[in-house]
Amino acid sequence: MAPEIVLKDATTKLTEYEATGGYGALAKARAMTPAEVTEELITSELRGRGGAFFPAGRKWSFVPSKEQLPKPHYLVVNADESEPGSFKDNEILSRVPHRFIEGCLITAHAIDCDKVFVYIRGEYSGPYEILVGALEELKDRPEIRGNVTIVVHRGAGAYICGEETALLESLEGKRGQPRSKPPFPAISGLYASPTVVNNVETITTVPPVIAMGGAEYAKLGVPNTRGTRVVSISGNVVNGGNYEIEAGTSLREIIYDLGGGIAGGRELKAVVPGGSSTVILTKDEIDVGYDFDSLGQLRTAMGSAGIVVLDDRCCIVQLGIRFSEFYEHESCGKCTPCREGTRWLTAILRKLDDGRATQGDLDLLLDVCDRINGKCLCPLGDSDAIIVASYVAKFRDEFQAHIDQGGCPLDGHSSLDHVLAPVQMHAHSPAAHGPEVRA
Amino acid sequence: MTPNLYEAIQAERGKYPAGSESAVLPALRLAQAEHGWLSPDVIREVADALDETPAYVKSIASFYDQFHLAPIGEHLVEVCTNVSCAVVGAQQVVEAFENGLGCRAGETSADGKVTLRAVECLGGCGWATIVAVDHHYRTHVEADDVPAIVEELRGT
Repeated sequence: MAPEIVLKDATTKLTEYEATGGYGALAKARAMTPAEVTEELITSELRGRGGAFFPAGRKWSFVPSKEQLPKPHYLVVNADESEPGSFKDNEILSRVPHRFIEGCLITAHAIDCDKVFVYIRGEYSGPYEILVGALEELKDRPEIRGNVTIVVHRGAGAYICGEETALLESLEGKRGQPRSKPPFPAISGLYASPTVVNNVETITTVPPVIAMGGAEYAKLGVPNTRGTRVVSISGNVVNGGNYEIEAGTSLREIIYDLGGGIAGGRELKAVVPGGSSTVILTKDEIDVGYDFDSLGQLRTAMGSAGIVVLDDRCCIVQLGIRFSEFYEHESCGKCTPCREGTRWLTAILRKLDDGRATQGDLDLLLDVCDRINGKCLCPLGDSDAIIVASYVAKFRDEFQAHIDQGGCPLDGHSSLDHVLAPVQMHAHSPAAHGPEVRA
Repeated sequence: MTPNLYEAIQAERGKYPAGSESAVLPALRLAQAEHGWLSPDVIREVADALDETPAYVKSIASFYDQFHLAPIGEHLVEVCTNVSCAVVGAQQVVEAFENGLGCRAGETSADGKVTLRAVECLGGCGWATIVAVDHHYRTHVEADDVPAIVEELRGT
């Protein structure tokens, strides 16, 4: 197990943070030029922890100089963590708020900006209060704050705002609907100015990278995934929670050693490895390193590191229903394939679950997936299509059994039986009115 | 609009560049905190305070899940029913609240005290089931814990 880097010496108090060397990396960074700080990040090979895994130092290096483009620069931190299965940023903000703030200040120095916006999801009242409290402690410490203003901007309940361009729209006071790219935020982001958008965990990893040096940090982990990751474990495990691991640690070890194994002595059935949007793994696929390349070989991803463990009571068709209902609810409505497709996926899956499906419905389900995937502005609709197709690919016998037996083989004993999803409370939902989707 | 709310909204506007519309979300949050929900009158007042049209402000309010365009109870109970909570009993928690409050999810109890909602992932998956009571998370909630929560909310 790696030493803790992001979550170590947890404290919300400034004096305690400083006593363990806190804000030392900031002083070190300010003695360096912005280009040197960025170079250190590039050397560290740190990649974005929000899900897209883009090299952080390279992202910073895309910001044009103020001579090239005379506009203010902005740092926007994505704290809109809403991916089902992921709750690491919640823990990071709650336990090490000053390390997070230090990361903001170092990054601001690296990209030559004096205004930082932290976009935190509206539901995170607890982490918000802790973060505001930590910023309050810096009121009388101008030598730490420098010329940088940090504004904490609260969202109001919209998963789509975790997508960086939707986040920028929302931060500008608009509906959170993604923009088409290019232009990329590094050139034209917030208020049409050069903007770096980084995830909370990425930003909180910056101080230790500077403190230990990029080369030292890059000794941890495996090629293409350096350093540590804070993973969120949930579902049918004994010890759900967040754990910082060295990249490349085996998924089996994460589930059984850190998560304590399957709760209630039951059998493992499947694992969602990186939040709801990632391709599912069967119980036979967990002897895999938790890193970009190893998971990539199984055509899945670390995503936002939300590991959802599912035991043998979980009906995979119902898993598809519940996640599709989520994407249907959270679709911003801008692109037709996503807005209409997600609700079709829900409806066809529901037909399977209700025992009304015929053989053609399984083909129709995959056809709808194909008509969504790759045809939307942002990854939201794609995610629903990719995961549902992966459920069919890996659990085809179970889907077939729903057709052959006229409903769920678990016969009311699935752990996801009749779960009320928020979308069912809306008038436009097929579930609210029950019109049958006809294949 | 009360002078306090108006001033608070202007203070929010000051955090963002002049001419931007960024203060819409903070302003709606402040207004809802004061009035409980965003009535057409409140939307109009917020629009005036921001130099926006009511239609624009409503287009924002209607996009986001946390804004209430209809009245809610004195307390808000939100149960996460996404997968990580659902596989450890979130549906049973929802039903226990429905029984305890005598209303269905999406409705308000007859005494006007509590509005119950099922909500999407609250970001506390490892501590399931998560129930947000007046926006603060209760963790590891089980159906058996619900009567005490209902009692607590009815008593205040």
